[in-house]
Amino acid sequence: MHPAFSVIFLTTLIGVGQGLFLGLFTAQYYSAFKLISVENAQGFYSGGSLVALLFLFGGLGASFFHLGHPERAWRAATQWRTSWLSREVIVLPAFIFIVFVYGALYYFGWDPNLTSANLPAGQLSFLVGVAGTVVCFALFLCTGMIYGCIKFLQEWHTPLTPLNYTLLGTASGFTLAAGFAASYAPELIRFFGELAVILTLVAAVFRIWALLRNFRIKHRSTLQTAIGVRHNQIVQKAQGAMGGSFNTREYFHGRSAAFLKSMKYLFLVLTFVIPVLLLVLAMSTGINSLLGLAFAVQYLGLIAERWFFFAQARHPQNLYYQTL
Amino acid sequence: MTQLALVIDLNVCVGCHACVTSCKQWNTSGSAGPMSDDRPYGKDPTGTFFNRVQTFEVGSFPKTETVHFPKSCLHCEDPPCVPVCPTGASYKRKEDGIVLVDYDKCIGCKYCSWACPYGAREIDEHQKVMKKCTLCVDRIYDQKLPEAERKPACVLACPTSARLFGDVHDPDSMVSVAIREEGGYPLMPEWGTQPSNHYLPRRKTKMHIHEDELVRVDNPLAKEQFKVPDSDDPFLEDASSW
Repeated sequence: MHPAFSVIFLTTLIGVGQGLFLGLFTAQYYSAFKLISVENAQGFYSGGSLVALLFLFGGLGASFFHLGHPERAWRAATQWRTSWLSREVIVLPAFIFIVFVYGALYYFGWDPNLTSANLPAGQLSFLVGVAGTVVCFALFLCTGMIYGCIKFLQEWHTPLTPLNYTLLGTASGFTLAAGFAASYAPELIRFFGELAVILTLVAAVFRIWALLRNFRIKHRSTLQTAIGVRHNQIVQKAQGAMGGSFNTREYFHGRSAAFLKSMKYLFLVLTFVIPVLLLVLAMSTGINSLLGLAFAVQYLGLIAERWFFFAQARHPQNLYYQTL
Repeated sequence: MTQLALVIDLNVCVGCHACVTSCKQWNTSGSAGPMSDDRPYGKDPTGTFFNRVQTFEVGSFPKTETVHFPKSCLHCEDPPCVPVCPTGASYKRKEDGIVLVDYDKCIGCKYCSWACPYGAREIDEHQKVMKKCTLCVDRIYDQKLPEAERKPACVLACPTSARLFGDVHDPDSMVSVAIREEGGYPLMPEWGTQPSNHYLPRRKTKMHIHEDELVRVDNPLAKEQFKVPDSDDPFLEDASSW
């Protein structure tokens, strides 16, 4: 497939925003049980929510560049019964709204207890956080299933697709949370940093699993089934268009095999290897600026990862365009 | 239930592209607006088409065969492009099974084109909506046309009648009979899309002539065995004595 930068930025940016929100709620969860303590809770949670919102809006904005008629985008919420894309269109604004409410509750310090039972304080924000977490995972599922549900794009048609969207988004969000904690809640650097390392390593395992799966993939469609002629040797002589068409532009990345391969190693190094080394280095030396660098490198890696994700998928319609 | 479809006879198609040009002519002139072109007379012409003819060479010389392969939307019975559409712009008509795009609802996200294994959909780069074969839905029901002309433009244009049009759910229709009796097949059956359009395979017409058919055993004159005298044989004049 031809990787569109609007979709690359949409999926990576909202992934970071979602991951950061999950990071915030994880911290809230741990502090509710007194496992960690956040000194500047108001500044940390509301500021973190604001950063998450910036990423989510960035992704939402990028998605509009993918549309031919963005003014009709509201229509995309109508077919949620059948279309994962439509479901994403509903869940993404819902998630943005919940993150906004979550941040606002902390910013205005309005967090009443909901029951008189002997429960920790901050029950309303905790409840909103639970709702946000559920919607956040639903959004990861929707985003992944947009690609995972197309059965003849065999590289994508696997549970690993939504799983990797979830893990990569969460890992990058936690890396950002570690960097964000450096300026707002230094006591949480280790907490987020260690989780970011673990999540990045888990994401690496499943992403490499997907790479190995796709390396061995056997495509069901062949030129023989495509035109229905049973012969081993079929050569295309004409594609039906002289100067190319939508079919020759949309379904192929247009780069060499060597370029594709170099992108694969590039994203493996940038998304997984360097960020883990930087995070460990930052936590052991205490140089907090390395945390920001870790996130920047990991995000660059994610752009390369998403580019490769699209470029690697081989659409069966390319069988009709043999000279691509 | 009706399922209108095309049956394309690869045995007859000569690859003249008359279906391509007539399709473009009819559908670019309709109320849905033009099918835009870029640089039609320039170096890299490109544009939106509903129908294209491709050419494949099967086998290696001297045992080769050229297959011209017209390719358009197959109006699948289970179209994978329809449920993925987030706006409902892509739909399959209940009354005749034609898969259509509502150009006023389409947001141009191209997701349906990703979900079509055949690459039958093309985006219009200027109107920014997805376009595809409509089976000339604005023509086949037009009461103002004579009944014989209520067919898709490509079917009417085909000089070799390689394109048949009809209801593939009606077992006695011309298309159903052709599929049944001439070995019609769907494309990429492995994805379960159940394409309504079918293709008729190349068929070789072979003559088997037995020796008995060349030499008539029962010929009373045995004309084939009659020896024609050559020039060295003596003439009647040489043989007779005067």
